[in-house]
Amino acid sequence: MAESGRSPWRSASGFGAFALVVAGLAAPLLAPHDPDRQFDPAGGQYRPPGTRLARVELADGRTLLADRVTRTASGEIRVERLGRSEELPPAQVTNATADGVGDHERFWLGTDGFSRDLLSRLLHGARVSLLVAFLAVGLSLSLGLSVGGLAALAPRPLAGGLTRLIDGFLAFPYLFLVIALAALFRPSTLLVALILGATGWMTIARLFRAELLGLAERDFVLAVRALGASPARLFFHHLLPNALSPVLVQTTLLVSQVILVEASLSFLGLGVQPPTSSWGNMIAEGRDVLTTAWWVSAFPGLALVLTAVAFNHLGDDLRDRLDPRAG
Amino acid sequence: MSTTSDSSPARRAGLAEHLLGRLGSALLLLWMVVTVTFLLIHLAPGDPLSVLSPERFSPEHRERLARSLGLDRSLGEQYLVWLGNFLRGDWGTSFSLSRPVLSVITEALPATILLAFAATVIEYAVAIPVGVAAARRRGRWADRLLRFCGLALYSTPVFWLALMAILVFAYWWPLFPASHRASVGAEDLGWGARLLDQLHHLALPALVLGVASAGGTARFVRNRMIEVLAEDYIRLARAKGLSERRVVWRHGFRNALVPLVQLLGLSLPMLLNGTLVVEVVFSWPGLGQRIYQGILARDYPLILGTTVFSGALVILGNLLADFAHAAVDPRVRRG
Repeated sequence: MAESGRSPWRSASGFGAFALVVAGLAAPLLAPHDPDRQFDPAGGQYRPPGTRLARVELADGRTLLADRVTRTASGEIRVERLGRSEELPPAQVTNATADGVGDHERFWLGTDGFSRDLLSRLLHGARVSLLVAFLAVGLSLSLGLSVGGLAALAPRPLAGGLTRLIDGFLAFPYLFLVIALAALFRPSTLLVALILGATGWMTIARLFRAELLGLAERDFVLAVRALGASPARLFFHHLLPNALSPVLVQTTLLVSQVILVEASLSFLGLGVQPPTSSWGNMIAEGRDVLTTAWWVSAFPGLALVLTAVAFNHLGDDLRDRLDPRAG
Repeated sequence: MSTTSDSSPARRAGLAEHLLGRLGSALLLLWMVVTVTFLLIHLAPGDPLSVLSPERFSPEHRERLARSLGLDRSLGEQYLVWLGNFLRGDWGTSFSLSRPVLSVITEALPATILLAFAATVIEYAVAIPVGVAAARRRGRWADRLLRFCGLALYSTPVFWLALMAILVFAYWWPLFPASHRASVGAEDLGWGARLLDQLHHLALPALVLGVASAGGTARFVRNRMIEVLAEDYIRLARAKGLSERRVVWRHGFRNALVPLVQLLGLSLPMLLNGTLVVEVVFSWPGLGQRIYQGILARDYPLILGTTVFSGALVILGNLLADFAHAAVDPRVRRG
């Protein structure tokens, strides 16, 4: 949009979307903890954001998370955990120091019901959500371009039928269709991507068709035809490049839409299945403890909003740059 | 968008024919929906019988079902039987509730319609003033702020917004009840108190759904109003010395209203998607809640029946939007 100019915030959205993708890819490097590690399901369960706990390694291989660990005058290790304090002989603790234990774990976004680190799960969940979204959008894009292209350029009966088909799918309450599909075919992460891809192509097809039909009436296309260009050359060299920019915008917007639908599906228990964490099923896990551990659902949702805002804003930004008429 | 291409055949063919054509394509769509469901059942892993009847059904019951679906006959015949059953309103039996699917759906329907209607009223009550205000302040900070809020709302998953609304407005600051359509024991109250109780329960889910949808709609209103306010007749209206209020609302907004009616029809699928998750979060006893219970119980007839039904609802909604469009747009009306 002309009136908004090139404020730094506009390019920030592109950067934000890029940063999110990188964060998702680099999750194993960025995540402070193993996302599946259950440190101490009892002592570390549902800890609020920012909690710092002492990690006590026991000789039998177990790990305890304690609020406070000190040494008593007699040299025993006092572990304050779950509101109780317990004294352990120093031989049982493998990481004991002079005044307790030296190891601490910080949980910046808190922990979930299995004492897993929420931040690490969030970062790894980004990977799943983005992977599903990109696979699905890739599929939607190829389907949309094929169906839309045929609906614009194929001979009449086929083109008319395909146009009807596009409108038909567009009129369908998308989520219900996806739910029916996901319920009938047992969901796996890949299948979720396939289902979302197979049901998200209509907006692209419709847009591509409209663009092609608009271009077909333009003088330059007539000129190219008159010069004797083959249909293939006309399509790949003249129609496709000119029709692509609105499609690109729509594709970017579709990424955020697919991320949100995947989240809804996983929230309903039909998408990505635990133990694989996706933002949607993390929110579902937090639903039952909403009043006591709000952070379990709140943070994955915030991550979703941020991601969707980044891609939606990127789409808007692209539209403004590529299409001076839009506004 | 599709306004011009939709109205150009109408100009040639006349209104009645236009609307008949719409009715025809609505019926075609409905047929497509039913057919797709049939195909889905046959494509799903396992045979249709395992999809349509749970293991705990007695062998006689399964046999009866197999006969009534014609599973021993060819695929073509099965399809005709399916279509016939469908038209007669025999949509199968829900496993989990042991009742005909269609009666389960019709029972849940009023709650969904109430929620969707209330949410739509809120959506437009928010989106129209906000969109018009943003268009009048185009490019200024208020416009940008509203635009950003719209984008953020549009990017927020509705089910999460619903959870956060419950957290804030039902627990931390208990203004509204967290779930269900009425309080326990509300049946004993007088009708006035009962109505208030229901409105109290409706408020939070309807607000969540309405406000969440208002983001995109406000943006649409803004963009339309910007186009309309640049028209010559607005300059004329201003030149006549009419008050700004009259120019914007009577001359401007009324012309932006036409595509808004179409948007109402087109946004129906989104609205139903929204009611689905909001109903699940708020335990609101509508279609979405039913389909969720169907998912948990692997109750395929219920899931498929609800899918077909909501498809039909959307198709009907679009048809109504076409009729409404004809009513508000004189170009369509005169044919």
